Formats: sequence, structure tokens, C-alpha cells
Amino acid sequence: MRSALGGLIAGMLSGAVLMSLGIGAEPGLAQQSAATAIPRTAAGRPDLNGLWQALNTANYDIQAHTARPAMAMRPGPVVPIPARDVIALGAIGAVPSGTGVVVGDELPYLPEALAQKKKNQESWLTLDPEIKCYLPGVPRANYMPFPFQIFQSDTAFFMAYEYAGAVRNVFLSNPGPAPVDSWMGQSWGRWDGDTFVVESSGFNDQTWFDRSGNHHSEQMTVVERYTMTDRDHIQYEATITDPKVFSRPWTMRMPLYRHVNAEARLGQFKCVEFVEELMFGQYRKVPAR
Amino acid sequence: MLHRCTRAIRALLVVLATGWALTPASGQAPSPGTAATTLPRTADGRPDLQGTWSNATITPIDRPEGAPPVYTEAQARRLERGYADRVERLAQPSDPNRTAPPQGGDGSTGAAGNVGGYNNFWVDPGDRVAVVNGQYRTSLIVDPPNGRVPALTDAGRRKAAARAEQFRTRGGEYDHPEFRPLAERCLMSFGSNAGPPMLPNYFYNNNYQIVQTKDHVMILAEMVHDVRIIRMNATAHPPAHIRPWMGDSIGRWEGDTLVVETTNFHPLQVFRGASDTLKVIERFTRVDADTIVYRFTIDDLDTWVAPWGGEVPFRRTDEQVFEYACHEGNYALANILSGARAQEREAATKKQNR
Repeated sequence: MRSALGGLIAGMLSGAVLMSLGIGAEPGLAQQSAATAIPRTAAGRPDLNGLWQALNTANYDIQAHTARPAMAMRPGPVVPIPARDVIALGAIGAVPSGTGVVVGDELPYLPEALAQKKKNQESWLTLDPEIKCYLPGVPRANYMPFPFQIFQSDTAFFMAYEYAGAVRNVFLSNPGPAPVDSWMGQSWGRWDGDTFVVESSGFNDQTWFDRSGNHHSEQMTVVERYTMTDRDHIQYEATITDPKVFSRPWTMRMPLYRHVNAEARLGQFKCVEFVEELMFGQYRKVPAR
Repeated sequence: MLHRCTRAIRALLVVLATGWALTPASGQAPSPGTAATTLPRTADGRPDLQGTWSNATITPIDRPEGAPPVYTEAQARRLERGYADRVERLAQPSDPNRTAPPQGGDGSTGAAGNVGGYNNFWVDPGDRVAVVNGQYRTSLIVDPPNGRVPALTDAGRRKAAARAEQFRTRGGEYDHPEFRPLAERCLMSFGSNAGPPMLPNYFYNNNYQIVQTKDHVMILAEMVHDVRIIRMNATAHPPAHIRPWMGDSIGRWEGDTLVVETTNFHPLQVFRGASDTLKVIERFTRVDADTIVYRFTIDDLDTWVAPWGGEVPFRRTDEQVFEYACHEGNYALANILSGARAQEREAATKKQNR
């Protein structure tokens, strides 16, 4: 009786699950596959056009981390407490936990580079380029807590980021070495089956991977793989090679989610204006108190 | 809603009164018939505007007083040769025995008071007269036919006076970062590069990249890596209090011309003293493999007595668009402000010692 009831419930559940997945009935199946199939361009390539965003806390720390009171801490009378400059933010200034996005969670820093990472972390408030609204670099741009929009046509692939109005034009053939170092680097992409592979180089050494001071040099190259797993998801992977900072290449991996609401639009976060007081307030005729 | 209706009706009346909407900006539309068959097209059959473009030109926006509407070819070539000669002259090696510029600059206008800022190597203001319909233009403004911005309305005059008064009384121009021009603050380009209207800045980096998709036209202005995202066939602009940089742009195709309507301009991005009801209409027509004719109309009857506009050739370029990381390298703004503070301290010390 019990097992029969159990079986009945299991049957109902699986039926419900199948129904909710649209599997079992012919029209449902068609609907389902049409609704989730990877959209394709006229040329048959996956169509990545749209508004995308990561949903994780990698921008705080690309490695696994627990929640903590603030990015900037100092010794307290009992336990470490938030640095003076961020106390007023309270819970809003706290750091949410995360499982990390680095495959294997280990960053293979060379000893000197690891020391630099620790220095970066200790002086986060004055050193993090994000605090000054500097361009985010790659791959950080893709997991900032802002959406980005892909414009893909047969002859162009362009990424516009909400954060700081950063942009990347992805050449569709190898343009050769970057003529000059830049914050967002030089990118070119090619199709590997249904995966769009983007190789980037020509970076400066000024951007970080996260707010935790993880950094790279101007020798960094990034190979990204954009693979749509269904209509609304991209499996995103970035492999970092930087012989000046890391002993071996390493990879981060995360899904990117489509903004599915019809009204979704890329906003503007031109934060240069927002950091004027921080960067130039001290030079006012009469500094604001 | 009522407000929007009255505005729409008023705009319509103006259109009817001037016939503005019935003819292209100058009434000199290039005949698309010849080119239409050969122009590059996207998969969905639209003219392909994609690629990298430059609107750099030595033709000024406003027609110089007394200039004819168009140059002869000989006149145009003479101007271009004059420009080329000047570039060549400025490219000559400097005299190693020259003296230092006078302390504080020589007092002339120019970069850094001409103590030596950008020399000519760094600038790229354009080297050709703007050609539209085979005409060598003396101004980019072609409507009204005198090539000059129409008169201000009474309201426009009052607004300009109020602004001048505010400038006069708000304090020294170096007192606050907010008093510096948008370009110096790295908020927008010089002039109206990203626009709209997208006009040459007569300085450098007048490059644009266009990407077309089914739902959007994306225009990147090299200056300050500003991106305009034009929503194709969208039905409404956002509420009036949403005022993004470069405004809100909606696009549609009229035959082979991309028509873009922009409203909701940012309160700090004031095009030549326009009001917050400014509407800019842009028309992009690819007339040959190497040229987009870009027409713009400034519709702001709160400020000017009539709509006005112009035509700008965008020429295809193989030049690369570089990253204009303005803010990241903006040592100047801090130095300009702290320099002013240093001068104030010096002046105070002098006064004390007197």
C-alpha cells in the first residue's frame, strides 16, 4: 500500500515534471524545443545578440569566499571590524559569499605576484581600479554586476558594457599584434563549431580580476569561449595565460544569463561623474565638508 | 499626456508650415536610383551601414560670413592644399636652438595657452572639404540656406541670458570640477561627436563604428568610447525624467534611409543652448561604397524660431578605432584645479607680503 502510494505519487510527480517541461505531448514538445532552441543567424551561427549578465559574486572575489562585513577591514578590539571609510555603509558594504568561478579554485600565482595580490587587498580602497570608475578589463567586464549587450551581425561582433560604458569590438579575423596596450585589450573571434572563441591581448597591467586584488600583467592573453546552451544561457569560459604573474594558464567558468523581459535595455553607468568628488573634491576652491 | 499631445501637435504644425518633413534637409537628396542596386545590403535587405566611418572635414559647421553656399572645385582644392601645406610646415623638425615659451604661455589661444600642449602631430582635424551631391560645401548647415543657425526665440534669448548670468555669478571657472567642460571631465567628447547630432570636432578622432542587427543599430563614437544604441521600430521614448547621455534614440527605415529620432537629452548635454524639449532627427543614406550622407534636423522651437539642420558626409575609413580611455589618463583635471589653488595661495602670500 505504502509502496503503491509512493509509486502513485512518484508517477504524479514525474507526470507533473514532464508536463511542466512540455514533454510527453506532441504540441508541447514542439513548443518546448522552439522556445529553448539556440537562436541562429541567417548564416546558421548561434545568434548571441541580446543583453547578458553573470549572476554570481565573482566581482568581489573570483575564488570561493564566505560572506564578511566589508571589503576593507582593520583589527578591532575583539574581531576585525570594517575600515573607518566604509563603516557608514553597514550591511550594504558587506561582501556576499560565493562558490567562486575559478576551475579548481586555485590561482597559480608566482611568489612575487602573490605578494602583490596581498598588497592590493590590504590597500583595496586606494588601489581598486573599479573604485575610480576605470575601465574593467577582460574578463572582469563580463561578470561585473551590470549587463552587457552583444551586437552580432554577419560582419561584426561588438560588446557594449553598462559599467563605465566599456566597449569591445571583436575583429572577425586576426588583426595581428595589438598596436598599443589598452584597458580592454584587442580581441578577435572565430567560430569553433557552435562556440564563439575570442582571443584577447594587448592589455595594460592596470585592471584587476575582482575587488580582492587579483591581478595580471601586460603579458596577459585571454581566450574566451561563448557557448549557448539554450536560448537564454551562455556557458562562458575564460582561460588566462600570463607568464609574468602565473605559473600556468588557468580557467574561469560561469553561465551568462539573458535578460528576458521585453523591456530590458542596456542602461548607462557613466560613473566618471560619480567619482569626481572622490578624485577631485580635494581640489575644489572650498572643499565640501 | 496632454503636454505631450500639444507638443506633438505643435511639431506637426511646424512641419506643415515649413514643409520640412516633406523634403530632405536641403532638398537635394542624392538620387538613390543609380546606386540602389549596387549598394551593399544586409541579409534582411537593408542598406548596410556597417563599418568604420569618419566625418572629419575642414568645412565648418556654420558658414563663414560672406561665404558662398558652395566652393568651386578649384577653390576646394586650394583650401585642401593650404591645409596640407600647413601640416607639412608644422611637421618640420623644431629648431633645437629655440627659446622656451614665456612663463605662463604666450597668451594666445590654443592648447595649454600655447606653452606647448599638443603639437600638430597629435591632431587630425580633417583634411578635405565636405562634398555632398558633388558640391563642395562651405558649411555643414544647409538649412536655412544661409548656412547659419536661425535666430533665437524670445524664450531662447532669455534662457541664453540667464545662462550667461549664471556663468558670470557662480564663481571662478576653476573653482569646481563641475564648472569645467564635459570633455575636460571626460564625460563626453569635444563638440558634438557622439551627439546627436554627430558632428566633427575639428580636433581628432572623428571616427565611428556602426553595427546593424535586426533590432538595433549600434554607433560607437571613438571619442570617450560612447555608444549609441538605437532601438529599431520602438514605439515610445522613456518618461520625460529619464534623460540619458546622447538622449534616447528610436530608428526606422524610410526606404533606403535610416531615420533616427532622439529626445530625452541629458540635462548637462546641452547642444548649443537647446531646451529640454530638443528633438533631433537624423537620416543616414549610404550613397556609395565609401560614403554615408548624414542629415540632421534640430527641432527645438522653444529655442530657435525654426528647425534647422545640415548634411555631413561620413567617409569609410580603414583606420582603426582606438580606445579613448579619457578618464583613466585624466591627470589634467586634477592639475587644472590644483593649479588654480596654487595660484590662489601665491596671490594670498603676495598680498600678505605687500
